[in-house]
Amino acid sequence: MKKQDFVVRFAGEGGQGVVTSAEGLAQAMSQSGYYVQTFSTFPSQIRGGPTWTQTRISTTKAYSSGDDLDVLVAFNESAYNTHKGDVGPDGVIIYNSGEFNIDKSDKSLGMDFDELAKQTGNNRAANFVVMGALARLVFLPIKVLEDFNRDRYNRGRPNDQKIIDSNNMALGLGLNEAENSGFSLGELEDPIKPEGEQILINGNIAVSLGAVAAGLDVFIGYPISPATPILLWMEQNLVGEGKFVYQSSSEIESITSIVGAGYAGKKSMTSTAGPGFSLMGEGIGLAWMAEIPCVVVDVQRGGPSTGLPTKTEQSDLLTALYPGHGDLKIPVIAPGTVEECFYASAIAVNWAERYQGPVVLLSEHALSEKRQNIPKPDMSKNYIENRSIYNGEEGYLRYEGSNGSPMPIPGNGGTYVANGSEHDPMGDTTHLPARHIEMTERRFNKLNLLNDSTYEIDNSKYNIAIVPWGGSKGPAWEAYTQLIAQDVEISWYYTMFIHPMPLEMLKELRSKDLVIVPELNYMGQYASVLRSEGIKAVPITQYTGLPFKVRDLVTNIKALVKGVE
Amino acid sequence: MTLKNPEYDFKWCPGCGDFGVRRGIEGALEKYVIEKEQPINNTVVVAGIGCSGNMVHMLEKEQPFGIHGIHGRSLPIAMGIKMANPDLNVLTVAGDGDFLGIGMEHIGPQAMRNLNITAVVMDNGVYGLTKGQSSPTTELGVITSSTPFGKIEGKLNPLRAYLTLGVTFIASTISTKVKDMSALVYDAMNHPGFSIVHIQSPCTEYNNTYEALKGNAAKGISPLAYDIPEGHDPEDIMAAQDLLNADGIPLGLVYRDTSRKTFDQISMDTIGSKEMKSIKSLVNSFSI
Repeated sequence: MKKQDFVVRFAGEGGQGVVTSAEGLAQAMSQSGYYVQTFSTFPSQIRGGPTWTQTRISTTKAYSSGDDLDVLVAFNESAYNTHKGDVGPDGVIIYNSGEFNIDKSDKSLGMDFDELAKQTGNNRAANFVVMGALARLVFLPIKVLEDFNRDRYNRGRPNDQKIIDSNNMALGLGLNEAENSGFSLGELEDPIKPEGEQILINGNIAVSLGAVAAGLDVFIGYPISPATPILLWMEQNLVGEGKFVYQSSSEIESITSIVGAGYAGKKSMTSTAGPGFSLMGEGIGLAWMAEIPCVVVDVQRGGPSTGLPTKTEQSDLLTALYPGHGDLKIPVIAPGTVEECFYASAIAVNWAERYQGPVVLLSEHALSEKRQNIPKPDMSKNYIENRSIYNGEEGYLRYEGSNGSPMPIPGNGGTYVANGSEHDPMGDTTHLPARHIEMTERRFNKLNLLNDSTYEIDNSKYNIAIVPWGGSKGPAWEAYTQLIAQDVEISWYYTMFIHPMPLEMLKELRSKDLVIVPELNYMGQYASVLRSEGIKAVPITQYTGLPFKVRDLVTNIKALVKGVE
Repeated sequence: MTLKNPEYDFKWCPGCGDFGVRRGIEGALEKYVIEKEQPINNTVVVAGIGCSGNMVHMLEKEQPFGIHGIHGRSLPIAMGIKMANPDLNVLTVAGDGDFLGIGMEHIGPQAMRNLNITAVVMDNGVYGLTKGQSSPTTELGVITSSTPFGKIEGKLNPLRAYLTLGVTFIASTISTKVKDMSALVYDAMNHPGFSIVHIQSPCTEYNNTYEALKGNAAKGISPLAYDIPEGHDPEDIMAAQDLLNADGIPLGLVYRDTSRKTFDQISMDTIGSKEMKSIKSLVNSFSI
């Protein structure tokens, strides 16, 4: 049987071409119809520091970044030592023999990356040397990489052809090295090409595109890892008349100014990560209380405090639901895949408009940095939903009714005071018990407008369910399919709508004997949320700063299932 | 809205300077509506929290739009509103605690941007609504409910701070001079850029400074506040500095710089002048 899956990790020092190599390989392979995804982790420093990127190439759709490495490309000795343990039993290590040497007994192929690059006359061709060797290991037609090289460097510059030629030469040199080594991983099968057009993007870009598809007008953000790329993309693209995009002076300024823009009638958004999200709590409470649409994207990293700025974790769930003091519970959408990032973001903007309040889009580092081919979103669909607007006589009671009401926009009729203090229907501050009851209930009732959430379900007949959330969906799905293939009796439930949750799904989960929640935090946050809904939920937790391995999930789920029997 | 709504139960104390400030703002808004032929619903009043923040509910004439937000954040909320719709006339109302204490961090950035809004600051040198704690404009050594042994930090000079930060319209007045205040607030609303009208608005309950500000000849108290001499050139930054380096509180227009573009103009010239790609072509740019 031919090989259907190929996992390569490039590891080294920042600036050695680790990311370029991994993403170049992904780009090249996606162009020839393979499914690709990359996963990166890098240090919180500008230059240098240990960094690695993993590329998974598969002939059909893959859901995780892969447990075992087929190939480790070690740019330096420290990378070799750190990562060699992740190489699978049949895996190969390609290392830069110009930097260090290792015992020949390893299944390792040493090449002097830089010396080989030099032979091509282009010192920067080292990543093509590596790609050439990789191609040989899985008998990939070298033409795939040559085509990629030509497309990438045909930029209309005078030295384009020179670069293309040297890169092609580098591919050949790498190929030779691999051939001489005698190593082989078996031939990679031709891909079952995805149906329909594909795009290659990461989670941050997908979030950005989704918001724009829903008609975003205003974006104000403050730089913070790993959310900064959303701000940068918006700065470049959310332009033109009536649009405003800006780097603010703090997260407090970001949230309060998008609340102002939302109040003035615009669709507004900010993006941040844990520390910034903590600062936004009071402003989110204002939007909830004064009923002002806005969206906050929290790209989770490891916490608390500054925590792990460049690692992944799912530990902001509870703070996303309850970012501020008092009786509030913010709608939260947590996409589980790069593709879902697009739709989740569009829905977040629309939900904010519909219920007139803040919505939190909970992404995470592992998704934000994951570049993946996904089906191109259907651009014939309308993703735009607008708030209900009042523009009539004065004396309007803005906060009247138990389930929301049309919103006046400054400049039009129906002046009122949007109030963060408890208020009466016209917006004036009040302390009457009856009003606090009326308005508190109104704010919670409005959540019923968000009743279009959906969920996935598989094998619902079984009484034990696996219910992942967010980016753990991918590894959990692979674990689930392996377990089903082994006749383990478990069902699958998944939704990206954390709050409000699909009612049917809640109802079904309440009838289960056990609900297993894999999540990347210490406390088992989603499991505790589900337990508060009367569901017998137990978490499988991991707090390493890295995503789950499928293998670990399979083992842990099996143990929990066995415990019930 | 106090007159219309019996449920709204907030009151300023008798003699509170904020009554005068209300009349001053109402006068400026009335003039603005007539002179600029702008309906009142083109104005948004952004309030902070405190006695001063209640201004947004206390306005008794034709009602503008309002937002009563959170403590210290009137300026960034106003920025969001103004940049969302630069055609709006945006006014913030806040006290010295709100504007200069918790909200201090927002003044510099708005000055850098020259955000085209008007900030009305009601300075009573004390946190009134929480019952008499010291504020940034309380004098060193003063005993308040939060400084039982006397305040241990010096007093901020707000006007100097505004000038240093680059605010392009700085006026100073007192709550008893309603006509002057109306004129200054009106001019501030017309000023192309970030304007601040800083008003001495005494708290009769916790920090009654009327006598100190206006003086009392019988008691031999000379007034702290004085009208800026006629010859003062508000376009001259050195003259403004000299004024603020001298003792006392000058009343009138301290400084004005109309040479800078406003934030919304610059944004319009840059971000606004670009053409946004359609979502279709943005998505297509990632095609494999």
